[in-house]
Amino acid sequence: MAASIGMSFVIFALLITPHSSTAVTEQTFVTHSGAVISTTGEVLDPLYTEATFEFDPDKFLRNFEYGRITTQPDGTTLREYTIIAQDDQIQEISPGVFYNVWTYNGTVPGPTIRATEGDTVRIHFINQGSKQHTMHFHGIHPAEMDGVFEIVGPNGGQFTYEFEAGPVGVHPYHCHVMPLEEHIIHGLYGVFIVDPIQGRPAADEMVMVLNGFDTDFDGENNFYAANTIPFYYQHHPIQISLNQLIRIYAVNMVEFDPINNFHLHGNLYHYYPTGTDTVPSTYTDMITLSQTERGILEFYYSYPGQYVFHAHKVEFSEKGWVGTFLVLD
Amino acid sequence: MSPKTLAGATIPFILITILVIYITGPGSDYIIIGTPLPEVTLERIDFVENEIQVTIRNTGPIPVQVVQADVNDRIQPSAIEPDGNLERFETALVRIPFFWNEAEPYNLGITIHDGTRFERDVAAASPAVTPDIQTTTKFALAGVYIGVIPVFIGLLWLPFIRKLDSKKLGFFLAITVGLLIFLGVDAIQEALEVSQESLAGSINGPLLILVAASGAFLVLQYISGRFSSHHTKITAAILVSIGIGLHNFGEGLALGAALNLGSVAFSASLMVGFAIHNTTEGVAIASPLSRQKNILPKLIILGMVAGAPAILGTWAGGFAYSPIFIVAFLAAGAGAIFQVAIAISQWMLKDNTYHSYQICGGIFLGMIIMYATGILA
Repeated sequence: MAASIGMSFVIFALLITPHSSTAVTEQTFVTHSGAVISTTGEVLDPLYTEATFEFDPDKFLRNFEYGRITTQPDGTTLREYTIIAQDDQIQEISPGVFYNVWTYNGTVPGPTIRATEGDTVRIHFINQGSKQHTMHFHGIHPAEMDGVFEIVGPNGGQFTYEFEAGPVGVHPYHCHVMPLEEHIIHGLYGVFIVDPIQGRPAADEMVMVLNGFDTDFDGENNFYAANTIPFYYQHHPIQISLNQLIRIYAVNMVEFDPINNFHLHGNLYHYYPTGTDTVPSTYTDMITLSQTERGILEFYYSYPGQYVFHAHKVEFSEKGWVGTFLVLD
Repeated sequence: MSPKTLAGATIPFILITILVIYITGPGSDYIIIGTPLPEVTLERIDFVENEIQVTIRNTGPIPVQVVQADVNDRIQPSAIEPDGNLERFETALVRIPFFWNEAEPYNLGITIHDGTRFERDVAAASPAVTPDIQTTTKFALAGVYIGVIPVFIGLLWLPFIRKLDSKKLGFFLAITVGLLIFLGVDAIQEALEVSQESLAGSINGPLLILVAASGAFLVLQYISGRFSSHHTKITAAILVSIGIGLHNFGEGLALGAALNLGSVAFSASLMVGFAIHNTTEGVAIASPLSRQKNILPKLIILGMVAGAPAILGTWAGGFAYSPIFIVAFLAAGAGAIFQVAIAISQWMLKDNTYHSYQICGGIFLGMIIMYATGILA
């Protein structure tokens, strides 16, 4: 009784006394308008303040996994990959926000798997998670390689996916265990690129997975991004060269919201839906993408400087799906 | 006190302290089932020049780290003072630089380390009041309109009440009791509303109301017990004044808060309602004094005791808006009023010149009057 009375006095004291800080140091931060605000407290700015994370969007941007390559007796190429699924990691997905990510090889998105049309892709899939997981590739393959009915059990379950890479283009892969939405929104997805045999013109190539996180599980995304970390390419501009052909493999993995889009500033791009055709469908600065809709964007800048790219569904860009290109002379 | 007695008094205290520390510390692993969920309450939102300021409090069972602020669910650069780490019940100020537009609705959000977002709606943004001379005067005037003037207008009924014989006076006293009971319930209801809107569950609004109301009731009960043996009627009038004063302080708080939040229509209707309501309070003070002589100076003092707290309340509510205080004061006002109603009833029951139909009818009429004036406003 006495203790609880004492306790309530402490609580009451906490209720009525304003918090006093011991060390007072002035910090400043910059707002949207460029105004500099000074504070004696802590700055909460995921938009403009540079931050680094366990997952590195810069590294992911231009990283392509070509696999362990062997030439088969018939002269075709075999590309072998080992993909490990996990579902117990807690990663920082925005400054200070920690979320239980489900991953392929430890990252969201998983590794970008790249092969040439006609190659044999062999994936040694190991499920180290506590739940069932699979890998389901968009593309053309036999039914038993579809990763839907061949459930891979938790804690070390294995499966080998093997199929001929095709068709040419950019495709997603993702877990297809029910409840499907849960497995996708936690991060079990990645990009699968199939190059044409004759190749594409030389370019500065990038992968952008447009994704989001519903961190409070209310059926709406709290964060959006190109490559997982909100606002990352805003405080880490992507450096490109003047008059250099840029090729972006863009895949929309956002759930909950029916559409996403990709708007480029100061420029237009040739767009190849799904990357399956060599002729662009349109020359535009704005495409709209539904779930797992994807394509290739090609453009080059004729003027140096900094250019924004973002979702023109502005809600998404104000929650992180915004970045900049820094065009260097 | 002998060492033995001292030990006898302190040993249980020490043991219970150890038990509390054990249960909240290492022992919690054995008894806590389920996952404790964090909770942050946005207690107060101020719109200052080019900035929105949100006062938040950790009202959940576990410490939280505040990592992000948003306006209308769009992430904004911001700062938190003194820092983002909030222990249980700790409070902090979130400053969001933002070019807000007057009279537009806003939704403010705070996100914590696990990605949970807590929010609060503001119906219409209006500039936060600053305690300069102009606003201070305005608020004081509002307090005078709802508190002082109506009470004195009510006191003007005194000559009329004086002419009544003792039976009819009993009827008027009973009306007073009806008025007071109604006012008390009204204040409790108001306190419950504020607590539901603005207090986190962990603050336990309804129980805060119980404690505050009981506190005021018991203090007044004690005071009246000490003094009532000598000057019954003047004591009753003083008690009525103090009770009504506390009540008017609560009303002032509510009005000040409404003025602060810039809800113009609500403030206006509050002022009309309080003003009409409070005229009847003058009657309540006047009735017990009807047989006293040379009462003008007393009346002025009693009127001020009853009415002036409305000014203080308006200042407190307008400049230092805190839902906890509003709830506590509204409840204390209610407790005081209930005590006064009971004191007057006892006093009437002792005096057997009054008929019960006068008393019952008076109480009922008092309530009808209050209900009607409440609806009019």
